[in-house]
Amino acid sequence: MSATAGTGLIAGRQPRRHGKRSSLRTWRWVDRLVFLGAWAAGLGLCLIAAGIVVYLAVRGIQYLKPSMLVSRPQAATSQAGSGGFLDPIEGTALLTAIGVVLALPLSIATAVWIVEYGRPSWLARVVESTIEIVAGTPDILIAVFGLALFQLHLMAPFSATGEGGGVVGRSFIAAGAMMSLIALPPIFTATRDGLQAVPRHMREAAFALGKTRIATIRRVLIPRVRANIATGVTLGVSRIIGDTAIVLLVLGGTLHIETQSSTPVLGLLRGTGSTLTSYVFDNSPAGEGEAPQKAYAAAFVLLILILLLNAVVNRIGKGNAHTITGAYV
Amino acid sequence: MSSGGFPIGSEDTTRIGAEHVDREARRLLSDASDSSDGRLGSPVPPVRTIVLDREPVPVRPVPEREAVRRSLAAAGPQRLQVSNLSVAYGAKLAVKSVSLSIHEGEVLALIGPSGCGKTSLLRTLNRLTELTPGSARSGEILLDGTDIHEIEDTVLRSRVAMVFQQPNPFPMSIFDNVAFALREQARKRPRRKELEPQVLDALRRAGLHDEVAEDLHKPALRLSGGQQQRLCIARAIASRPEVLLMDEPCSALDPISTGVIEELIHELRRDLAVVIVTHNLAQARRVADKVAFMYLGDLIEYGTAEEVFEAPRATRTRDYVMGTFG
Repeated sequence: MSATAGTGLIAGRQPRRHGKRSSLRTWRWVDRLVFLGAWAAGLGLCLIAAGIVVYLAVRGIQYLKPSMLVSRPQAATSQAGSGGFLDPIEGTALLTAIGVVLALPLSIATAVWIVEYGRPSWLARVVESTIEIVAGTPDILIAVFGLALFQLHLMAPFSATGEGGGVVGRSFIAAGAMMSLIALPPIFTATRDGLQAVPRHMREAAFALGKTRIATIRRVLIPRVRANIATGVTLGVSRIIGDTAIVLLVLGGTLHIETQSSTPVLGLLRGTGSTLTSYVFDNSPAGEGEAPQKAYAAAFVLLILILLLNAVVNRIGKGNAHTITGAYV
Repeated sequence: MSSGGFPIGSEDTTRIGAEHVDREARRLLSDASDSSDGRLGSPVPPVRTIVLDREPVPVRPVPEREAVRRSLAAAGPQRLQVSNLSVAYGAKLAVKSVSLSIHEGEVLALIGPSGCGKTSLLRTLNRLTELTPGSARSGEILLDGTDIHEIEDTVLRSRVAMVFQQPNPFPMSIFDNVAFALREQARKRPRRKELEPQVLDALRRAGLHDEVAEDLHKPALRLSGGQQQRLCIARAIASRPEVLLMDEPCSALDPISTGVIEELIHELRRDLAVVIVTHNLAQARRVADKVAFMYLGDLIEYGTAEEVFEAPRATRTRDYVMGTFG
């Protein structure tokens, strides 16, 4: 736009987007080094990321057959006989669902309490830093803690039990509970930030209509931050999908989804299983499965899932920005 | 400024210019202080220094002003009676011992420079100031003879409704925005069909009905700024309040939308008591029946719009309404 205005004003001059800038040669040496370093670091990271994606895509497309997505894995000595990875896909979906179902109400309630009530303030600070600690805890520690927790006799109803009544401490419920700890910080942070961004007059408008604080939260504030919550959930989901430590330790990492009893839902929830990440680990040269081709194919599927989720996050983020500007013009 | 043949920006000329302005201002100020009680009829409004901490001096003695105020009791039945109301935020006194009454069928405009306590006064009338940590209140506010602190806050606020400076519809449909005001007052959630007549009535009274009749299900945030503000008014009057408080309702709107809202205020006055805070003196002149002028937390002048604008009793009021400060 500025270019057309420029041509209109100064005849015979090429439209330029920028005016003349100082040449790199006039810069100090330090500035030149930092400038080049910044470019190199940015491009280098792009190359590494692109390398991972391209490598996995080539290998994945090479080995992935549609039948793998719908057939169960088999214990076999040869790669050809080891079947597909239906169970890990189902395991991923189930575990993600449990994790989100547990984390969502907990994190929204915490965020609402912190922003809308937050009294006493020292307690609010403690709660916030606790969540930060959880966010910074390595997942393997959360996994070990989960194992210790669910192996208690008290927790027997929630996990697989051994022959003699010993509590194994591994189940979808146990792993889902630990996964919810991983998904909680992003959902909490997104919701809290969203609530803090709601202008004060929005709350006062509801109060001025004779609404209670709780009615305001339920009918005005939560709908208002729905997009933030969605962003948080998507981030949480991609963290759950990408986690391996908890799956190996607390879900069991078994080849098949093993139901604990014949009770329809509970039997499944108390049972053990695996996810795509643990499947990739097991079949990689580092694991026991010795089926690297399957590992590549599963890794490719995992990558596609994560990329899709990232796209969803971006989409939601943009949608959110749109509604916010829409509200204030 | 530096007109004539002087080269602009040369050090000498700017200094001379500044000195000249200074001298001129001092001359004007001394003129003004000579005629400190100057008649309103004087052609040039007097320039005067405003000393922020100085107590404002009422021209007429207090008993006389009280007598005038009593004679004003007219219009409809009295809705709100404010007596000796003071509001403080921490150690800062925002409203100092204000007394006035608000009647049905009239529009009371609160005017005064920024930070004079008019918004604090307004927000105390439906107890919104309570939400500010560290706020305190003394004095008495009676709504139809009952102290508002004896009324449950949710009940009070549906009887004394409020419209804000910024149009702030909720993130829901147009219908739900108005219905929201009606819904949760009932323990049992009423159905859409039952609420529809009330919602449409509120939209009609807010002059928005014809514009949105086809789009009731659409998000309220899609409306224009002026429409959003009228939706907020519809929302506020849906529960048939007795008093409507408006905190600079037009300051975020363009002149046409402002005109529409001012007409609306004229209409609403018939079955409501309206209290409006405004920075816009012309607007106060247009919409108000009574005007209260506040300065540094004090109620300086309270009377009919005509009296306050044409024959103010306090020098401070006269300076303000003539645009000498503000």
